[in-house]
Amino acid sequence: MALADNNTNRIDLKLVAEMVQPHTRVLDVGCGDGALLALLAETRDVDARGIELSREGVADCVARGLSVIQGDADTDLADYPDDSFDYVILSQTIQATRNPRLVLEQMLRIGRHAIVSFPNFGHWRMRSQVFFQGRMPVTDSLPYSWWDTPNIHFCTIRDFVTLCEQVGAKKERAVALDAAGGKVGVNAPWWFWNLFGAQAVFLLKRG
Amino acid sequence: MSDLSPSLADPLKEANEPSSPVARFGPDTPLLMDCGVVLDRWQIAYQTYGELNAAKSNAILVCHALTGDQYVASRNPITGKGGWWTSMIGPGKPIDTDRFFVICANVIGGCTGTTGPASTNPDTGKPWGLSFPVVTIRDMVRAQAALVDSLGIETLFCVAGGSMGGMQVLQWAASYPARVFSALPLATGAKHSAQNIAFHEVGRQAVMADPEWRRGRYLEEGTRPSKGLSVARMGAHITYLSEQALHRKFGRKLQDREAPTFSFDADFQVESYLRHQGLSFVERFDANSYLYVTRAMDYFDLADDHDGILARAFAGTKTRFCVASFTSDWLFPTADSRAIVHALNAAGASVSFVELESDKGHDAFLLEEPNLFATTRGFIGAAARARGL
Repeated sequence: MALADNNTNRIDLKLVAEMVQPHTRVLDVGCGDGALLALLAETRDVDARGIELSREGVADCVARGLSVIQGDADTDLADYPDDSFDYVILSQTIQATRNPRLVLEQMLRIGRHAIVSFPNFGHWRMRSQVFFQGRMPVTDSLPYSWWDTPNIHFCTIRDFVTLCEQVGAKKERAVALDAAGGKVGVNAPWWFWNLFGAQAVFLLKRG
Repeated sequence: MSDLSPSLADPLKEANEPSSPVARFGPDTPLLMDCGVVLDRWQIAYQTYGELNAAKSNAILVCHALTGDQYVASRNPITGKGGWWTSMIGPGKPIDTDRFFVICANVIGGCTGTTGPASTNPDTGKPWGLSFPVVTIRDMVRAQAALVDSLGIETLFCVAGGSMGGMQVLQWAASYPARVFSALPLATGAKHSAQNIAFHEVGRQAVMADPEWRRGRYLEEGTRPSKGLSVARMGAHITYLSEQALHRKFGRKLQDREAPTFSFDADFQVESYLRHQGLSFVERFDANSYLYVTRAMDYFDLADDHDGILARAFAGTKTRFCVASFTSDWLFPTADSRAIVHALNAAGASVSFVELESDKGHDAFLLEEPNLFATTRGFIGAAARARGL
C-alpha cells in the first residue's frame, strides 16, 4: 500500500520518527517493507507493530524480525481495542484508503496520538500541471498515471485540516516539507504551506 | 544392499517399546484427561535434536500433525524414511538444531510409542483399543508439559507446529502462557470447522465399516482394518492438496496405459497415487489411533473454554506469535488464521501474520516453501534476540 518504491529513502520517515516518544507502543498502518518500524525500533526503542496489505511487504517485515500482520487499514483497525497504542502512524497511505475519514477515526480511537503524513495535492506543481497542461499530475514522488494509481483519495493540506476538524482531532504539531525535503517556514500561513508544501506530517490527538 | 539397510521396526512393538527415548509416568504424575479419566500409568515417546543450553532457555517444542510422529528430523524406524520436517529443522535450517534444542513427542492417543489405543493396557495386559479414553488437544498438551517438566525445562523458547500441531501450539499458549516465549502456529485454526469434522467422520466410518475392524478389537483378534483405513487416508489426502496441485501433478494422465480399460482399475494416475497413499499409510498407522486423533481435532474449539471469546484465551499474554496460512489451503483457510490474529490483536499480543502464496494446499507447510522458511527464520531470529540467545 505504501506509495514510494524505495521506502528507505523517504524524507518524511525521519520527521515522523522524531515525533514519537521513546519506549512507547507504535502501530504503523501500511508499513510497507518495515523501514519506519525498523527505524523506530532502533532509534526510539518502541514496541513496534505494523499492518501491511501486500504479502511481500509482510514477509519482508517478518523476515527482519518485526511484528507485522497482513491486513487492510480500511477493515482491520476495527479489531484493535481502544487505546491499544501510544501512536498510530499512517505514513503516505491515507490517499490509498477507501474511507480516509473512518481510518482516521479508528486511528484516534486505538491510539492516544495519530501521525499522518501525506502528499499535498495543493502543491504548486500539481496545480500547474492541472492548470497549464490540463492533465492529472504525475511527478517524481507521485509517478502513477490516473488509471493505474493506488492513490484514490488525494487531498490538499487544507482539506486534511478540515477533515481533522470534522473528526474532532486536535493538531499537536504539523510540518510541511518542500520538494527537496526542507521544512516550509514554520510561521508561514496555511495558504503558503498549501502551495509550497510537497508533503505534510501531522501529529494529532483526540479533541 | 539389503544387508546394509537397517531393517524396519514392527509397528506393534513400537507402540509400546519405541526405538526413540520414552518418558514413563506413574501414579505420582497421572495424566488428568478432559473426559474425566485419570491415566496413572502412561508414557510419552519423544526425540530430541541439538543441545540444551546451561540456562535451559533454547528449547523448541515441535508439535506434530494428525498422523505425524516424534521423528521430525530423523529416520522413522517403522517406514525407514527420513524425518517429516527435515526441510524446516536441522543444522542451519530455519529451526536450527545448531542453536536450539528441538523436542518432538508423539501425541497421547498416537501409535509410535506414546500411550494410545494400540498400547497395552497395564491393567488387562491387552491392547487398549476402544477402551482407551477419548483424547483432546488439551490432553496432548498436558502430556507434553509433563515431558517438558521431566526434562527440567521451565520455559520453552518456542512451540511450533502446523495443522493439528498448530492447534497444540495455540493450546500451549492458552494453557501455559508463561512457559511459551514464542509461538508459531501454521496452517491451523482455533477450532475445527464443520466441513473438517465432516471429512473426519467419513474417514472414521470407513474404518469402522471394515469387517476386519472387529469393533476395535482387531489387534486381539489378529486382523487389520486395512481397507477401511486406506480409504480414510485416501479421502483425507485429497483435503491436504489443492485442485491446482492435483492438476499440475496428474491432470487426466493415465497410469501405465494408452487408453482407458473400461473397468474400475486405477486408470488415472491420480487414482494410482491415492491408492498408494492409502496402502503405505496402513503399514505405519494404527486404525484406532486414527479414530482418536481425528476426534481430538474435531473437539478442538479454544474459544469454547473462554465463554466463546477467543481473545480471552490469550488475555495478558506476553508470548510472541507468528501465524501463517497458505493461499490454496482449503482445510484451514486463511480466514481461520485471521480469526486467531484478530483475537491476538484484541488481547494486545505481539503477533505477526502472513498469508503465503502456494498452490500446494494444506500440505504446503510441510513442503519446500522458501517464503515459509524466510518467515520462520526471521521470526525465530528476532525472538532469539529478544530472549538473549
